[in-house]
Amino acid sequence: MTEKMNKPGQRICVFGDYRNYFQNRVTLQLLARARELAPAIGAEVCAVVFGSQVSEYVCEYIAHGAQTVYVADDPVLKDYCVETYLFLAEHLIRQYRPDIFLIGATDFGREFAPRVAKRLKTGLTADCIGLEINADGLLVQTAPSFGGNLIATIITPEKRPQMATVRPGTFKELPHNDAAAGRIVSIPVPSDLPIPRVRLVHSERKPPREQRIEDAGIVICGGRGMGSRTKFKKLFEMARLMGAEVGATRPVVHSHWADHDCLVGQAGKNIHPRILFSLGVSGAIQHTAAIHDADLIIAINKNPNAAMMKMADVAIVADAGQFCSAMIRELKNRIRE
Amino acid sequence: MMDSPMLKLVVCVKQVPMVSELPWDSKTGTLKRNMAEGMMNPACKHALEAALEIKNSHGAHITTLSMGPPMAEEILRESLAMGADRSILLTDPRMAGADTLITSYTLAHAIAKECPDFDLILCGCQTSDSETAQVGPQLAEELDIPAVAYVKQVEIAGRRVRMQRESDDFLETLEMDMPGLITVSTAGYPPRYVSLCGLQLAFEAGDIVRRSMDDIGLESADVGMQASPTRILDVYSSIARKKNIVLKGTPKKSVETLFDQFGDKLSGVMAKDLKTHDHDRNDDDREDE
Repeated sequence: MTEKMNKPGQRICVFGDYRNYFQNRVTLQLLARARELAPAIGAEVCAVVFGSQVSEYVCEYIAHGAQTVYVADDPVLKDYCVETYLFLAEHLIRQYRPDIFLIGATDFGREFAPRVAKRLKTGLTADCIGLEINADGLLVQTAPSFGGNLIATIITPEKRPQMATVRPGTFKELPHNDAAAGRIVSIPVPSDLPIPRVRLVHSERKPPREQRIEDAGIVICGGRGMGSRTKFKKLFEMARLMGAEVGATRPVVHSHWADHDCLVGQAGKNIHPRILFSLGVSGAIQHTAAIHDADLIIAINKNPNAAMMKMADVAIVADAGQFCSAMIRELKNRIRE
Repeated sequence: MMDSPMLKLVVCVKQVPMVSELPWDSKTGTLKRNMAEGMMNPACKHALEAALEIKNSHGAHITTLSMGPPMAEEILRESLAMGADRSILLTDPRMAGADTLITSYTLAHAIAKECPDFDLILCGCQTSDSETAQVGPQLAEELDIPAVAYVKQVEIAGRRVRMQRESDDFLETLEMDMPGLITVSTAGYPPRYVSLCGLQLAFEAGDIVRRSMDDIGLESADVGMQASPTRILDVYSSIARKKNIVLKGTPKKSVETLFDQFGDKLSGVMAKDLKTHDHDRNDDDREDE
């Protein structure tokens, strides 16, 4: 008991970012990673949820690994508001003193987290692509810089909590477990909640837009190794299923398999997808120099020695056209609508 | 509005290396940063353009402020050529190695000392080197002023600032009263072209104000690496550490392996739920061609 008093229970807190599907996913991914890291420092994994009528999310976070959920549920919190959430987060952290506070690197998370860190005078690493606990029990945060060309590992040795925003898709979420039990701690919303100085005048969900290849999260680039114009067209079906955009190399555009709009590389577009599929592309410098900051490059080529295969995270030795067909079938099977 | 005093804008700018020409020393595994050619960070340039458009329509006095080594003076001269009125370079070797928390602290002190009566601070939404997007929001916290990140369009009416931005999947219109801070995204305000002649004139005119730590009333213990809560353990080239997993076998098998190993990544970026285990199905096993 005395020991417990001296060393309060450690906590890893995860910010519950639920406003849309994508944000909610990253929260679940962070809960899963937090559960993996927690035993090394004897910590409990907690979710933090602010909003109005958010019990649905509280249950979902418990089913995905949260052992405790701190929830402030009040009509006054119905809109996402940086200043109000900051106020609540600062007080919550000062009260419960988590060792680690993780936030998804969504637009909201990346606006909110630095201000939380500033109020608590602690360190924050942006847009992490890896989290580990080292032998000293410190959170080792891996973050890209210089357009993904450099990777840095960063720690916050003394200040607490250790804070990181984490890139969505970095970790694997735990399967939904209805039987999981969790503690729910209600956080009262104080009556003296400061009036936000930034007023939300209008907010609307963006209409589904035609995305540009420069902005696409997934780009599927095809080269001459696709084999024919007809086979090249299959890339558009794969792209449709993945919400991706199609890019092409110069020889493909010259052969009129694709429009000039699709050209990636010299005299064409620069791209910075999170994931790049590169099918039947040899990897000439004029093409590869236009590819920036891809977390994951998947290259498919019959020739394992192609330059593109050497710079890939995953190099698949196969016929590009056949791979594309297999991919389309697998996507149709796996996507839950 | 004619009788109101002229708006005072502060634009924070940073010099960054040109990423495409990153000189990487593969022997020592370090960045030859002194060899990298510098440029004004793209988002900072959009922030400066936003300030210049406010100046055009309302009249304003623009101060550009940069913290960095002496060579960062180049981008301040460029800012003068673009139309800024005054430039301050915060340069002091003791400030080197500051993380975002300490950078924002240092910038806030410089602003409080040099332009205490500012109306609006504009920052780029993020830099192309460290890509944290943290300094702007943290600077607002330090100065205790309202702030909005990722602003695409800004309008000023009296003391009120109205901003449009995209945040996650939402289009938002927000309002605040000055003084305040915005970080400007690269979605709006394409920066103006500066003629070589204009650049040359700015390089010949010699009015960059230089300030050290002592000038802005800070002590060694407050600034630079030693005051920063974060520590960099290691920096390495991402290409050197690519896993380069090689998959052979039928396309079908490779696709399955891909989903097994990277299903979450794909699902996250696609923003779609993917079924995880699907090996026992035996429909349509044939391959095309």
